[in-house]
Amino acid sequence: MSFREAIELLTSSASEIGRSVDAIFWALTAICGFMVLLLGTLILYFCVRYRRGSQADRTISGVSQTPLEIAWVAIPLLIFLGLFVWAGVVFFHMARPPDNALEIHVVGKQWMWKIQHPDGRREINELHLPVGRPVVLLMISQDVIHSFYVPAFRTKQDVLPGRYSRSWFVPTKTGVYHLFCAEYCGTEHSRMVGKVYVLEPAEYSGWLAREAEPNSVVATGERLFLSRGCAGCHVAGGPIRSPLLEGIFRKPVALANGTTVIADEAYLRDSILVPNQDVVAGYDPVMPTFQGQLAEEEVLQLVAYLKSLTIERQKSP
Amino acid sequence: MNPAISQAPLQPLASEPDYLRSAQTLGSWLLTTDHKRIGILYMISITLLFFIGGVAAALLRLELASPAGDLVASATYNKLFTIHGVIMVWFFLIPSVPTVLGNFLLPLMIGARDVAFPRLNLASWYIFMFGACFTVFAIVAGGVDTGWTFYTPYSSTYANGAVIAMAAGVFITGFASIATGLNFIVTIHKMRAPGLTWFRLPLFVWTLYTTSLILVLATPVLAITLFLMALERLFGVGIFDPALGGDPILFQHLFWFYSHPAVYIMILPGMGVTSEIIACFARKRIFGYRFVAYASIAIAVLGFLVWGHHMFVSGQSVYAGAVFSLLSFLVAVPSAIKVFNWTATLYKGSITFDTPMLYALGFIGLFTVGGLTGLFVAALAVDVHLTDTYFVIAHFHYVMVGGMVMAYLGGIHFWWPKISGRLYPEFPARISALTIFAGFNLTFFPQFVLGMLGMPRRYHVYPDEFQLLNVLSSAGASILAVGYILPLAYLLWSLRYGKRAPANPWRATGLEWTTPSPPPTHNFAVTPTVNEPPYAYETLDEPSRDYV
Amino acid sequence: MSEPAAEIAHQFADAGQQRDAATFGMWIFLCTEVLLFGALFLGYTVYRLQNPEAFDEAAAHTLIVAGSINTAILLVSSFCVAVAVHLAEQGDRLRVTLLLCTAALLGALFLAVKAYEYNHKIHEGFFPGHSFHFAGADSRGVEMFFVLYFTMTGLHALHVAIGVAVLTGYGVAVLLAQRPARLTTAVDLAGLYWHFVDIVWVFLFPLFYLVGRAP
Repeated sequence: MSFREAIELLTSSASEIGRSVDAIFWALTAICGFMVLLLGTLILYFCVRYRRGSQADRTISGVSQTPLEIAWVAIPLLIFLGLFVWAGVVFFHMARPPDNALEIHVVGKQWMWKIQHPDGRREINELHLPVGRPVVLLMISQDVIHSFYVPAFRTKQDVLPGRYSRSWFVPTKTGVYHLFCAEYCGTEHSRMVGKVYVLEPAEYSGWLAREAEPNSVVATGERLFLSRGCAGCHVAGGPIRSPLLEGIFRKPVALANGTTVIADEAYLRDSILVPNQDVVAGYDPVMPTFQGQLAEEEVLQLVAYLKSLTIERQKSP
Repeated sequence: MNPAISQAPLQPLASEPDYLRSAQTLGSWLLTTDHKRIGILYMISITLLFFIGGVAAALLRLELASPAGDLVASATYNKLFTIHGVIMVWFFLIPSVPTVLGNFLLPLMIGARDVAFPRLNLASWYIFMFGACFTVFAIVAGGVDTGWTFYTPYSSTYANGAVIAMAAGVFITGFASIATGLNFIVTIHKMRAPGLTWFRLPLFVWTLYTTSLILVLATPVLAITLFLMALERLFGVGIFDPALGGDPILFQHLFWFYSHPAVYIMILPGMGVTSEIIACFARKRIFGYRFVAYASIAIAVLGFLVWGHHMFVSGQSVYAGAVFSLLSFLVAVPSAIKVFNWTATLYKGSITFDTPMLYALGFIGLFTVGGLTGLFVAALAVDVHLTDTYFVIAHFHYVMVGGMVMAYLGGIHFWWPKISGRLYPEFPARISALTIFAGFNLTFFPQFVLGMLGMPRRYHVYPDEFQLLNVLSSAGASILAVGYILPLAYLLWSLRYGKRAPANPWRATGLEWTTPSPPPTHNFAVTPTVNEPPYAYETLDEPSRDYV
Repeated sequence: MSEPAAEIAHQFADAGQQRDAATFGMWIFLCTEVLLFGALFLGYTVYRLQNPEAFDEAAAHTLIVAGSINTAILLVSSFCVAVAVHLAEQGDRLRVTLLLCTAALLGALFLAVKAYEYNHKIHEGFFPGHSFHFAGADSRGVEMFFVLYFTMTGLHALHVAIGVAVLTGYGVAVLLAQRPARLTTAVDLAGLYWHFVDIVWVFLFPLFYLVGRAP
């Protein structure tokens, strides 16, 4: 990338949310630039005009202090509140991925990004995306805290061990962009970088087909569900009475301790790895833990499979 | 002695020798309980530590002059920025103005013979040095590569090196901070001279007071947080590591609960110094004195409630993020009040441009830029893009280096005649002030652009297109280095060859200037009485009085 | 040294100012102590909310009898110190010494009971880290409880140990001092510190012993 392109990057982003972020950024730059100029001019002017020995009039003409003080408390305060609301609205939009987004799994580790697309295609330190389509990244780290940062999209999200985090965006321009790890993660932190390729939809399909994976994420998850013995119990009339999992995603689940949780990805993950923490009401805490037996990718695949069960249910009522 | 001089009359010529001459053995320095000598001990210590942190910074900038990691290995680079951060934050910026200028001046400014607990004051220096030894040991024993933030689980489980030794250094030094803060609070409450009411206090004392409140209330939390991190590392018990059942976000909350208020420890005293200098060299009362004083308190209080703005992308709740963002915008208001009032103080002043004033004006300019760019990172959606990039680096260096270091140097020059009894040479001092201002801007302004372009912090190697801006920044750093070495040279020179300073070379108000330069060991032969507000420059400079 | 003025440090104008400053300083110090423990109480709150059942279960394994005895011991010792502070103002040296030493002895007894408890917990395998083992369902939450148990009661025990040393020191000093009047403030401040240590325990006791035991 040349210097000219760098300037272009300064002034234009490659995602939908990027436009909103840049608008606030440049508004802030304008406000702050104006303030610096105003104060700088005033200070310079006073310094010159009221330098020792100048003939300037120094009689104090009863400037009343309090109204002035109130003015320069109130005016910045109002501007600040406006900026707060504006940036807050955009931020809340960033935090809510749409339902139809393409879900891509990201696992961070020292020092690489492991990525898997829904159809099963995997890549490392590269991320291919179709232009114009909302994408949500479901991310987790298998060691320390990382942060998934694509400057051109103006999005950044810490990737934590033991907890899913999410980032979403709509790429608006085809091209190649930087992917950085933004949270310091150890020796090779600055080499935990990659490239994001935003392709035309047709190109993206072609790219997916080029190295077709035998199984989609959901299919791999289903195979895990069978091979790891989950299906042995979580089935109607199974040997041990276990909660049925069809349609569980995003549904409220009553727990043995009397509380109710929504079965989101975090809940599904915890139920696989720490099954006895949130036991479903009416069932015995008999499920063994899968801690240490499943890689984070496999947990993600299982979760994706469990989520897919919902969709099938809703399709065929 | 002029009868028209305002505030307390000059002290009668003391019968006791000045504090530098009272005893000159090494033991008389190492066992002193004189606040002025303890200030000097701190000054020597933090100057040495500043140069350790500075060498690390110079190596970082040298490495970053080229995008490939060709000067040092990644592991070394990571250790260097950890050394730079830990030393500069805990062993230079936090102690700088409070322990050097604060220790030296606080009793003088309030008309006291010493701080309330002189032995605790000396103990604080020993604790500080003990902590510093641990930290330097950690550096020598192989270094630490966690960054100054010690984020878990990296620091507690994954990092190599002497993490515990360095954390112990910071932990121990925390108690030196607490001792100093406690001493200052009690001194300001209980030891003011007769007539020196709260609203007759110099603004520097107000900022020392608010700084001390933060030191006392925030530092214990850091101590316990680092202690827990070390426990996790030592015994493998889960406190912050999710693999062991802990919560890494809790560490961040606890860490920033200290470290964000600590940012105000690193700027409030600088604001106080600036207020003193601006008033003196504009020959005017500080405009809106009470508002400036209240603003210090507002900053200290609000400063405790904004820590979560370091964590907008950490995975904390978006609603928590919104609250922290709002409070962060609010804390900008009292800072703005101060800047407006300093500017208004210049209006109809009678301004001279001696070195302290150059530093103070530089402070206002750089702090304004630092403060305003704080709005960018307080704004939720914008911070998502800018956090953990060079934008943040530039922002806090504008506040801490552009702000605090400028103020510290300004204060050192302003009170140098009082501290050393000598005048510093004006011409090289002005040159170095301008050099620092220029070098600083060249170093750090390009980093704002780098951050907007997306260059993450703590990167040893970086994409080629960032090189131009990085080279500019490194060039600026070399100018800055010259600017920092110059004062060291001519201030040392002035100790021997400088002109002898009169009691009040700047014709400034304030009780410290009523004592001889340098002051006698017990400061005041007669306890002064104060009967007018601070900064009475207008009455001091009545046209009827002739001065040279 | 025998002049009354010598009892006032050079930086103070009079004895009242000196006494005020010392007392105020002690209160500020106690504020820092509140924050020190405060961070740990926050940690307790966070992890309790994350593992409510495990915490209830774990608390059932603490020794409530030992905890209750220790609570009584500390309350009685605090009472002794309060009376000692009162008598110190009246200059009743012998009884002040007696009371302070009793309080210190009770503090030592507290530490002995604590040591017995720790020993018991370690033998049962509740010491967190590699040696930890717990057969129940949510062993992680239980381990977290014991991490906090050992850290918080350990930090408190350290404060008790310092308090025992301080009380003993002043107890002896009051008896032997040439001018016991000088020590009135010191006894007063030691008392403040001891009450603080007591109050911290009053919060720790329910969190680690009573929680989850309610019917």
